Amino acid sequence: MKSDKLKFLIFCLVVLVLPLPLAKGYLTNVLIFVGINSMLALGLNLLLGYAGQISLGQAAFFGLGAYGSGVLTTKYALDPWLSMVLVALVVAGFAFAIGFPVLRLKGHYLAMATLGVGVIAHIAFNETIDLTGGPSGLSGIPNLSIAGFSFDSDLKNYYLVWSFALVVILLCLNLVNSRYGRGLRAIHDSEVAARVMGVNARLMKVQIFTLSAFISAIAGSLYCHVMTFISPTSFGFNISVELLTMVVIGGLGSVYGSILGALLLTLLPELLRTFQDYDIVVYGLLLVCMTIYLPGGMVRGIPALVRRLVPARSGNA
Amino acid sequence: MLRLEGIGKRFGGLTALQGIEFSVTKGSITGIIGPNGAGKTTLFNIATGIYPPSEGKVLLEGTDISQFPPERRARLGLVRTFQNIELFGKMTVLENVMVGLHTQSSSGLFACSFRMPWQMSEERRIREKALEWLEFAGITELADVEAGTLSFGKGRLLEIARAMALEPKLLLMDEPAAGLNSRETAELAELIKRIRDRGVTVALVEHDMDLVMDICDALVVLNLGTMLAEGTPREIQENQAVITAYLGEE
Amino acid sequence: MELLNQITQFVISGLATGAIYALIGLSFAIIFNSTGIINFAQGEFVMLGGVFTIFALNVLKLPILLAIVVAVVATTAVGLAFERLAIRPLKNATPLSLIIITIGASILIRGVVMLLWGKDTQVLPPFSGNTPLEIAGATLLPQHLWIFGVTVLVIVGCRIFFHHTISGKAMRACSFNRKAANLVGISVGRMVLLSFVISSALGSLAGVIIAPLTMTAYDVGVMLGLKGFCAAIMGGMGSGLGTVLGGLILGTLESLGAGLISSGYKDAIAFLILLLILFLRPQGLFKKGETERV
Repeated sequence: MKSDKLKFLIFCLVVLVLPLPLAKGYLTNVLIFVGINSMLALGLNLLLGYAGQISLGQAAFFGLGAYGSGVLTTKYALDPWLSMVLVALVVAGFAFAIGFPVLRLKGHYLAMATLGVGVIAHIAFNETIDLTGGPSGLSGIPNLSIAGFSFDSDLKNYYLVWSFALVVILLCLNLVNSRYGRGLRAIHDSEVAARVMGVNARLMKVQIFTLSAFISAIAGSLYCHVMTFISPTSFGFNISVELLTMVVIGGLGSVYGSILGALLLTLLPELLRTFQDYDIVVYGLLLVCMTIYLPGGMVRGIPALVRRLVPARSGNA
Repeated sequence: MLRLEGIGKRFGGLTALQGIEFSVTKGSITGIIGPNGAGKTTLFNIATGIYPPSEGKVLLEGTDISQFPPERRARLGLVRTFQNIELFGKMTVLENVMVGLHTQSSSGLFACSFRMPWQMSEERRIREKALEWLEFAGITELADVEAGTLSFGKGRLLEIARAMALEPKLLLMDEPAAGLNSRETAELAELIKRIRDRGVTVALVEHDMDLVMDICDALVVLNLGTMLAEGTPREIQENQAVITAYLGEE
Repeated sequence: MELLNQITQFVISGLATGAIYALIGLSFAIIFNSTGIINFAQGEFVMLGGVFTIFALNVLKLPILLAIVVAVVATTAVGLAFERLAIRPLKNATPLSLIIITIGASILIRGVVMLLWGKDTQVLPPFSGNTPLEIAGATLLPQHLWIFGVTVLVIVGCRIFFHHTISGKAMRACSFNRKAANLVGISVGRMVLLSFVISSALGSLAGVIIAPLTMTAYDVGVMLGLKGFCAAIMGGMGSGLGTVLGGLILGTLESLGAGLISSGYKDAIAFLILLLILFLRPQGLFKKGETERV
């Protein structure tokens, strides 16, 4: 318990000072997206890593959050903070409603159904041109501001996004180490046994699906205000797969793993910039290789690898 | 305590159970026996709500629970263990029992993510309670072991500890002695008697006749999906129909 | 009259794409029945069929029929390698890791094709010209006839294979009960491999015959794959007539919806149908529900 708190405090400190050496460099900009992706990956991890329910439609909730905030603030001149809350609640309500039929499905069928939701949402973003601007996107979204202080630079946005991300991380840490989190993991290991133990699996799956949609919608709202421009390509099937990759390579069922995954997969395309388009191949390879060779993800696999190598060496000596 | 009325179950065209009718008396240990394929596990699955009966009713203390999902039955005090042990393999032994305390606690999504003060004290209470149940089953020293790595015998004990954590009124055990050696079986018999002595009614499906005859107060015999006989262990041992079903026609 | 002609036209082209969905649906069902895996990379086999044919035709300068054979063989080789490298190493894998791994493989295949052949759409000329035939006021392209012909041949072929050959019967035995099949001496591993071979061959064939109508590119596999899956779900994941009917119904509805309502929402129609069926009749349109044994 004590060490968990310490770990989180150290992590907060790192987040706080990280941009200082980078000053106004463009890495700060990249780190903003690490924050947004961390929230999205965490949302998916709650569902996939803890409750064991796959979703290939996370980009839909992300997109609904982004377009909801974008449209309300540009077309209806609504207050950005108010619209963020409104949109998140509506998206969560939507997820709750579709959650009951969707999460009755299992395994491959669940994957296909959530994928279907994702594709339909993506088509809707493209086709409702009057609202969303269609494929050419929606621009002129205002920055967020508090009492006249506008979040209009990378550094300001960095702290804005990461304060949200840190709250989400803290809440997730609390949640997974509690009665509720144990219930989720029980469902993952054996749904029948969990239900016989009095765990209301059906309701909990829908609740956690709703929570992950809520987090994704908030991330979407932040994204649209940071970018001030959004287009449907940011919310397609590829994004859902990218989030899945983050969670898998970081480590299913590990909060910090999701952040590590988000960090790696956000930095990777930047590093591969010279080899544009290679990133999709790399994602594919990562997904296949990680699942075969490191099913626990980086956070568990790398320490295990080190443990295996170190005694081997001392044994030789 | 538990009453089954005219239970029948069909899978597609196959009739697995038909006209099953008996009661489990409060405070007793009731054994359900029968040759392989008699429908014993199917009956348990119906009693605990894994699937609904095709016909008939399941009554728990007079309430018709036939259509209740398993989690609701668990809250009413009807809990079971599984023939092949269904543990939460990636969780520790202690955590497994803590899941068993799910119905004894109430913190929801909100309270848990915001670490409300009442949730913290509840969490402490759950942990202490869980440790008590580990002690009851005699596996305290395994508290921090991952449940998936336990031996079959220890896994069985954990499953019982976890089920007891729900403080059930009625505990259904599906072949509790399966896969245990004779020493473990003897310990199990003691444990089941201790469970009964705590006021929990027990019903069990079992193949081990020595165990059944030793601990059960009442027996129900199934054969090919129907009721063959019902009575005390002594009556059953002398019942001609039962002897024929087990040993075949002379 | 005008409207009626239009509708006939939509139905004809709908049935043609529907036949393609049916073939892809069958290829899903074949793997699912012998392994319990929904192969998310199935659509990539379809894409590979088209892309390989164009490559064999334009670069290797092969005649069209030979090019098709080369493409189907090459795709089958990919399917074989896929099973060996990605599926076989995972023993006792959970559905979750199988989903993740097939998704990984699908984007890997897509990515490699994109690197090798670029992002542009490519055209495969129709197999026997472009002169349309007039039927009941609607036009029928020669390629449509190819599609219907090949589909019928494949269905008949599957029927014969699964019901009248030793390997086919063994595969069906595996789908009913793997353990029992193993006990009577059927090598389950070989049947799994065989199912990947047949399935990738079928998928690529579908990709080849549709390519002249829709053109092809590195990313066409996603949608085609998903719609094929939809057809298979409608047919209850069987490798028989149900899936074929599912594909034809899906193709026709989609074509009518696109023509009469809005073409932008064409893909959404397929997914709405998919969701409705998953929610309301997950056992398929034509099967009676059965209680699952635990």
